[in-house]
Amino acid sequence: MSEFLDILALSVKSLVSQSAVFFALMGVGLNLHFGYTGLLNFGQIAFALLGGYGVAISVAMWGLPLLVGVLIGVVAAFVLALLLGLPTLRLRADYLAIVTIAAAEIMRLVFRSTPATPITGATRGLSGFGRDFYAVAPFETQRTYDFLGSTWTGREIWAVLVGWILVTLFSLLIWQLMRSPWGRVLKAIREDEDAVRSLGKNVYSYKMQSLVLGGVIASFGGMILVLATGSANPDQFQNANTFLAYAALILGGTARVLGPVVGSMILWFIIAFTDAGLAALIRNGIIPSEILSGPDVANIRFVLVGVGLMMLLIFRPQGIFGDRREIVLDAH
Amino acid sequence: MLISVRTRMSGQLAARILVVALTGFAVFLGLAVATQTSASAEGETIRVTLATSVSGPIEGVEVTVTDDQGDEVAQGSTDEDGRFEADLPGPGEYTVAINADDLPEGVTAAVTERPVTVAEGGVGRTAFALSDGSTGQGGGAARIPQLLVEGLRFGLLIAICAVGLSLIFGTTGLTNFAHGELVAIGAIVAWFLNVSAGLPLIAATAIAMAVGGFVGWLNDFALWGPLRRRGSGLIAMLVISIGLSLGLRYLLNIIFGGRSQPYADYRGQRANDYGPISLTDKDLFSIAISLVVLVVVALMLQRTKIGKAMRAVADNRDLAAASGINVDRVIRFVWIVGGSLAALGGVLFGLSDEVSWDMGFKLLLLMFAGITLGGLGTAYGALLGSVIVGMFVQLSTLVIADELKYVGGLLLLIVILVVRPQGILGSRARVG
Amino acid sequence: MPTNSMPTDTASVLRHLPWNIGVRKPDPTIVVDDLVRSFGGLTAVAVEHLEFQRGAITGLIGPNGAGKTTLFNLLTGFDQPNTGQWSFDGRSLGRLKPHQVARLGVVRTFQLTKALSRLTVLENMKLGAQDQKGEKFLAALLPGWRAQEREIEARAMDLLTRFKLDAKAQDFAGTLSGGQRKLLEMARALMCEPKVVMLDEPMAGVNPALTQSLLEHVKNLREEGMTVIFVEHDMDVVRDISDWVVVMAAGRVIAEGPPESISQNKDVVDAYLGAHHDAPLTAEEEELVLAEAEVAIAAEKAEDADLPTETTRGL
Ligand SMILES: Nc1ncnc2c1ncn2[C@@H]1O[C@H](COP(=O)(O)OP(=O)(O)O)[C@@H](O)[C@H]1O
Ligand SMILES: [Mg+2]
Repeated sequence: MSEFLDILALSVKSLVSQSAVFFALMGVGLNLHFGYTGLLNFGQIAFALLGGYGVAISVAMWGLPLLVGVLIGVVAAFVLALLLGLPTLRLRADYLAIVTIAAAEIMRLVFRSTPATPITGATRGLSGFGRDFYAVAPFETQRTYDFLGSTWTGREIWAVLVGWILVTLFSLLIWQLMRSPWGRVLKAIREDEDAVRSLGKNVYSYKMQSLVLGGVIASFGGMILVLATGSANPDQFQNANTFLAYAALILGGTARVLGPVVGSMILWFIIAFTDAGLAALIRNGIIPSEILSGPDVANIRFVLVGVGLMMLLIFRPQGIFGDRREIVLDAH
Repeated sequence: MLISVRTRMSGQLAARILVVALTGFAVFLGLAVATQTSASAEGETIRVTLATSVSGPIEGVEVTVTDDQGDEVAQGSTDEDGRFEADLPGPGEYTVAINADDLPEGVTAAVTERPVTVAEGGVGRTAFALSDGSTGQGGGAARIPQLLVEGLRFGLLIAICAVGLSLIFGTTGLTNFAHGELVAIGAIVAWFLNVSAGLPLIAATAIAMAVGGFVGWLNDFALWGPLRRRGSGLIAMLVISIGLSLGLRYLLNIIFGGRSQPYADYRGQRANDYGPISLTDKDLFSIAISLVVLVVVALMLQRTKIGKAMRAVADNRDLAAASGINVDRVIRFVWIVGGSLAALGGVLFGLSDEVSWDMGFKLLLLMFAGITLGGLGTAYGALLGSVIVGMFVQLSTLVIADELKYVGGLLLLIVILVVRPQGILGSRARVG
Repeated sequence: MPTNSMPTDTASVLRHLPWNIGVRKPDPTIVVDDLVRSFGGLTAVAVEHLEFQRGAITGLIGPNGAGKTTLFNLLTGFDQPNTGQWSFDGRSLGRLKPHQVARLGVVRTFQLTKALSRLTVLENMKLGAQDQKGEKFLAALLPGWRAQEREIEARAMDLLTRFKLDAKAQDFAGTLSGGQRKLLEMARALMCEPKVVMLDEPMAGVNPALTQSLLEHVKNLREEGMTVIFVEHDMDVVRDISDWVVVMAAGRVIAEGPPESISQNKDVVDAYLGAHHDAPLTAEEEELVLAEAEVAIAAEKAEDADLPTETTRGL
């Protein structure tokens, strides 16, 4: 019983953990791309990677101040969005999908390659760039605190707090944009871009703005992730994470301001709960270790997310809180 | 009325998915038990492989492993397969060094020390970039014929995998991100049959192709067919295929494990010289098999009734349906053929690059590059495009590090989309 | 050259023109020269010279596959020709993007309606308005666009009332019937305050009760001084509202003239019924042709709906 409570506490913690923040930020950006504009960006993780490494490289390798690092991360994400968008936003939707997924894979491979060692630290990654970040925390970051039934380090709390502030700010931004005529054009593009063109809107430019803004939001996610974990490592930026973000977004509901935020929290609650639960079942011999061993548990989450993503789209495409009405409109 | 049809439809779908889930679980249990021995021996290990295309595996080179404190944790020399393997005290950062003096005459190493990060329960793998005089790194233009032939082999292999992907796109409009998993499933099924069950690889491949065809059929029967009839949007289907890919990929990780493994047969072959190029027998056979299979596929598309029907459906589904072609049957056939070809491609890829759980995903993006280059949805375009991509990937090692060669292929994909998005054989889409 | 061609006497001005292909119009607004577009071996459009009279309603007819939609696509920047040029009010339009053409005042609708399903009818309408401050990213963040938004909304409601869609203003456009979508699409095009409206089969699939009111709307556009070019299969409709008719077949203009000239034209009859038919169309034959045309349109639509080419089919 106490073991169950521990698992529950751990799961509650992950509702607001750095992972939830990270995927919420990725999801807010994706929601702009996919939910509102209909852009199939499958390389969202690349934007996060640039944000994260932007900070890590600037501070750890070049000795620049943290804020300059943040700026560099944002600019890098901006440039990536332009580079990806320029050739593909004029083309069919699935081309953007292929190009973005390819770009994300390219970035990860390049950042972890041996020739890149002097800049990115290759597979070892980078660390030791968080000092300035924790120095400005308004409370003691060296001690631990008890909170929501679990123990938190001061550093964790600070990173997560800053993360949720960013989530709030960006959500407000999206909310304001989406009730403006600008947002109306984006939503119209999602429905039928030729119709929008015929009404005198420069569709290409709007798609580009959407891609850039969503990418920049994701880059902040990457920054929070590396600051919270204290290291930037290429394998934190696996392609599969983009799809976790999609799962979170669709779970919470696309084209809703809070969809990705709520979705990400729920997703991480579920993941933490199954991770810890399975681990406990294995530890207690209820699941024989021949069938499932400790290291497999981390993989199970992706299996569950993959299957969950399919099930959601097949049976509940509007997300768990969504309104079926909007979806039916789209079936033909 | 409409509503009731829909509910019945999704009820049926749910039943099918349940069947598939149960089948999958049964297979999973079976395989998990089969892998018991390898799965229970978890712990951190390090593995080093030394080989070049000319000398084959290099035996007797001294290898030293040190941890991040600089303390030596393992030492030994490579075996006849050019491998060195040792257990580690735990996860962490290690440095692997080889003794360059032990390398055979004419072989040099660009670096003799490499860092490796080993995760908990993981395997640290590393290979050293070795060059051997004749076709070595410094060879420049002299390497071009060699790389072209290797590129041809790789390109044909991509083509075998991609023909199905392209035909599926052509006949159903689905951009199937889970096609890579068909490749990996083929390779892994053959691996279990070959390594665990001791079947000769050729027999194992035949069975793997049958399994691949079955999995392709199952894909269409249980998932895509019902979704198509339900009228699901293409983008929804695309995201569903992503979910399927993710789920299957990590299921394969659990079943097969995180490390990559070679087949039991045809290991450690030495390359034979053919004029300016040298090839191992398995590479030669890989090229021959690919060529034969692709010619057979082309003949099927060109000559047989079902092949013509496939091209007709890919060209214009409604016209084909109107002229009496059973489109659903054709699509199912496309899935079966695509699945078994992907399985074959997987075995060939496993033969050259070892079998791993994520091999399909690695290949998927190159397949996309190939079929985009050729023109999405056209069978011959896929062939042509894939071969070009394969050669490009190999040739790119002239200027970029070997470990980055796939990056070259992916960059090519992006360049194609900028320059000629409709591909070599494709045509532009219509508006209005 | 009569520069003061008032909308009301446009018809009579045109009546005096010879029934020649490529005839000069007194006050042309769109002029097409040597326009060729081919798809592989198929020449979809090959127009030597064609002028559209300002302030007139021009009907564009022709069997399926004649190249009418392709011509619309070319004129509005949705497709690029192999060769040729065309101009609007003396300004060359070649190489312009669709949105640039629309901003100049040439607005089109589509054969397959493009209602923006998950936007409300009112939002659909508001999207049509040009030069909106709030459509700029930074301006959207500040409240400065609200006054303009209210104006636009008033204008949109006004148009919706005229098109009898005001009761539906807050419904998703996806819930409208096919005919209502056609109406919405036309009303939305009018929100752009265009000079030239190009309607691709505005009546197709609209129930007969609505057809009459649609026709009235089209006629009203002329009264307001707009130029209308429309594609239509129903000969009665064409006869009823057009001042001038252009007939296309196999990519070429095979005849042009006032409506009554068309059914007597041998080339036109041949184009619709195939050659070796030298009597003018009887009523039954016309029916037959139209029925065939409808079947073909329906088939074409089904085909178009399945083309995996177009982008946004959301979840
Ligand atoms: N994007 C395209 N690719 C290939 N053929 C096309 C394309 N667009 C139109 N066509 C062909 O051009 C011809 C003219 O088509 P269209 O302009 O749609 O005719 P209409 O509108 O008069 O019925 C048809 O034969 C059609 O099949
Ligand atoms: Mg048409």
